[in-house]
Amino acid sequence: MIGSPLTSKTVFMLGPVPITATVVVTWGLMAALVLGGFLATRSLKVRPTRGQAALELVVAAIEGQIRDTMGVSPEPYLPLIGTLFLFILAANWSSLIPGIEPPTGRLETDAALALIVFFAVIYFGIRARGLVGYLKTFAEPTFFMIPLNVVETFTRTFSLIVRLFGNVMSGAFIIAIILSLAGLLVPIPFMGIELLIGAIQAYIFTVLAMVFIGSAVRESGPAGSEERTEP
Amino acid sequence: MNVLEIVSIIAAAVAVSFGAIGPALAEGRAVAAAMDAIARQPEAAGTLARTLFVGLAMIETMAIYCLVIALLVLFANPFIR
Repeated sequence: MIGSPLTSKTVFMLGPVPITATVVVTWGLMAALVLGGFLATRSLKVRPTRGQAALELVVAAIEGQIRDTMGVSPEPYLPLIGTLFLFILAANWSSLIPGIEPPTGRLETDAALALIVFFAVIYFGIRARGLVGYLKTFAEPTFFMIPLNVVETFTRTFSLIVRLFGNVMSGAFIIAIILSLAGLLVPIPFMGIELLIGAIQAYIFTVLAMVFIGSAVRESGPAGSEERTEP
Repeated sequence: MNVLEIVSIIAAAVAVSFGAIGPALAEGRAVAAAMDAIARQPEAAGTLARTLFVGLAMIETMAIYCLVIALLVLFANPFIR
């Protein structure tokens, strides 16, 4: 992918809508995740088999993270957070399959994911506090912070987009450059690092989503001295 | 190759090189502090390492922003063409 990382090539047209390679890969990932989830949860037993134990480990780990980060009961948030994490992880690691570019290395996919988080914050905030209560959180420390809080709502979404896009895209870019300079087998250590970065970025995206939703949901705002994320 | 393209390439190089200095220093400090903490309290190494990785990725994002700007200048420059 030595070409421009900001444009994507069209594979075919679906009526008037151009379908890019990124969208095809995303559909494939969605199908694989849904099919895998369906097959894995088809026959759940009280006494778990090996596969079920591994699945329960993943779900329990995500639940524990939500409880640690947000400080609330994880049930309402587990589907969204877990899906976000698993999808981004699968998307980042899909670059291991030859010929496939990770969908998260394109601006559009990241923008869609960050928009989901943006609206989820509003939805959960209004559900937990009511419309007036949610709007009051914008005037949280003092009344004068309203413009800053409104701006922060948008800049942190933009920051989510650029962070995921930049990390994944730069990884694929570096591997492509090294491959063109040095040839076969040399990029393998970099691909190992890329796996680590992909996992960390998926983790960070979901942790930030949890922090944003948690700050909108939690009662008595300044109680948790959680990390203030950069703009 | 006109002046604008040459300036764009130089600007991209400058953006990446200077944008990498700050995060590099910050990551060094963060890792040093984490090493210090692990040396004092080895039983907390797991939590420290996890927090360190997240923090490092946050810091690294600053350098990534510069990289994105450089790529914008190189590939999606609104002033060329």
